[in-house]
Amino acid sequence: MTLAMERPDIAMTQPRRGVVATQPGKRPWTFYILATVFVLYVAALYGPMICIYILSFQDVRGGLVFPMKGHSLHWFIDLFTQVRTGDVKGSFDRSIKLAVLVTIITLVFSFMAGLAFRRRFFGDTFVFYLMIGSLVAPGLVLGLGTGLLFQWFGIGPAWYTSALGAQLSWTLPFGVLIMFAVISRFDNAWEEAARDLGASRWQTIRLVVIPILAPGLVAVALFGFTLSYDEFARTLQTAGSLNTLPLEIWSMTLNVTSPSLYALGTVTTVVSFVIIGVSIGAIILINKRRGVRANSH
Amino acid sequence: MSRNLTAWLYVTPLMLVLVPFFLLPILVVLAASVFETDGFGGLTPTVTLANYIDLLTSAQTLQLYTATLKFTVLTWFFTVIIGFFVAYFLVFHIRSQLLAISLFLICTVPFWTSNIIRMISWIPLLGKEGLINTGLLKVGVIDQPIEALLFSSLAVVIAYVHQLTIFMVVPIFNSMARIDKRVVEAAIDAGASRFDVMRLIIIPMSKNGIALGSIFVVSIVMGDFFVVKVMSGGGSASVVSAFYENVGVLQYPIAAASAVLLTIVLVAIISLILRVVDIRREITQ
Repeated sequence: MTLAMERPDIAMTQPRRGVVATQPGKRPWTFYILATVFVLYVAALYGPMICIYILSFQDVRGGLVFPMKGHSLHWFIDLFTQVRTGDVKGSFDRSIKLAVLVTIITLVFSFMAGLAFRRRFFGDTFVFYLMIGSLVAPGLVLGLGTGLLFQWFGIGPAWYTSALGAQLSWTLPFGVLIMFAVISRFDNAWEEAARDLGASRWQTIRLVVIPILAPGLVAVALFGFTLSYDEFARTLQTAGSLNTLPLEIWSMTLNVTSPSLYALGTVTTVVSFVIIGVSIGAIILINKRRGVRANSH
Repeated sequence: MSRNLTAWLYVTPLMLVLVPFFLLPILVVLAASVFETDGFGGLTPTVTLANYIDLLTSAQTLQLYTATLKFTVLTWFFTVIIGFFVAYFLVFHIRSQLLAISLFLICTVPFWTSNIIRMISWIPLLGKEGLINTGLLKVGVIDQPIEALLFSSLAVVIAYVHQLTIFMVVPIFNSMARIDKRVVEAAIDAGASRFDVMRLIIIPMSKNGIALGSIFVVSIVMGDFFVVKVMSGGGSASVVSAFYENVGVLQYPIAAASAVLLTIVLVAIISLILRVVDIRREITQ
């Protein structure tokens, strides 16, 4: 997972050819079997999601299953105007704000931690395993602990305090792990060269390190945003009285049995896809510019 | 500035999150697990082991762990098989780099969308009047809809595999992409069969990826209550769903004790997996 956005670089540096196929052009029989497995996997991955997007465009007679009953935007309007489906607009608003906050903090903190982990330092193993622990700990257990902690200190839980921290305990380890992958391909000699030429520590980071690591940083931001935007388990007991969007969807799965639920699914997925598209677009653009600059020299 | 000091300066912000939102909550849960409750959500700081004794002597605990382990093993089995072959296909069978990267991205995109939405999206397929039942009815394979498709253990496993296979694909893909293709060619030139290549080269060299993916899958399934609750229709329970019910009725100490027990079990399983792989080397490489 952590290396997802970084794969392209590595893949490009290695010559790739069909190893198992010894004669070029002729595919072994295993290719066709595995290709079928792959196609089925992708179909199962996307098929159900596509079903609910289609079903969310039914008209007022619509139900939870096929066949489609008419076409309209009824359930989308219903979603944002009806009180009985809950405060969708408010939770949507909060989720976006929270995700932006989490993204910024994750980006800055994991970048700094990534820089620290380039060399061994006293206590690095402790920090590393603390991070792994935070990543794999069951979200609800951490949620309970955080909730109790706030209760003992007499602080009321809220989405911008306890839920923010709880989400960071999940997004930061992810962010740092991606930084590990990104930084492992950073040559420390570049930084030393900048220093030798008289750059200050801050100038080195701003003018050398950040521009080189930019695509990786976009990947960290993408993870920060989407992990926060869809986070459920850790937020459940720390969000206080106001819901975030996943909590809203959760309560809808328990008591709403109309296509409103699907409409909300479609809306959140559109937001996710826009974020993914922008991030991947940004990475491609940065790499392309780099290619142009490298060629012009 | 000394090297250690600079490094600690850089990890301070990270620690400022991990200490209050991971380390302290875990300690709080640990403390709460030995406290008594006044029954209204308040805790009395009298140290007692009663919560653990209750937990360990209750027949329900064994039942819950059996159910949770069943889901974990089934999910692990299917995700590792599917994940392995999907990664293998992408690394060793796709000749064009661009195509391989695009296909890889197609596999990863759903990871960045909502898990909950991906889970409920099985309703129109598995439901009593869903696509699969209607399809089977039309073909004539069955003459009554199979109700056990949705809201059953089967649906729970399907939802888990759907959500978590990606956690296997990515680390296994990473491990496999690092295998030097010349090794495979040398083996084939030396007369190894396709099966030998798989058994003696590919599997041993991607075992780190498999282990890393297993850690993700096992810890997510064992820590989940959401999928079990919705997809089983309330029919099955898991360790964490019982924990959540206890929290719901303000039985914090017993919930905390159950959380500590779960954490111990989880840590034991993960350390078993870690005996196979040096996780730190695998991640930082």
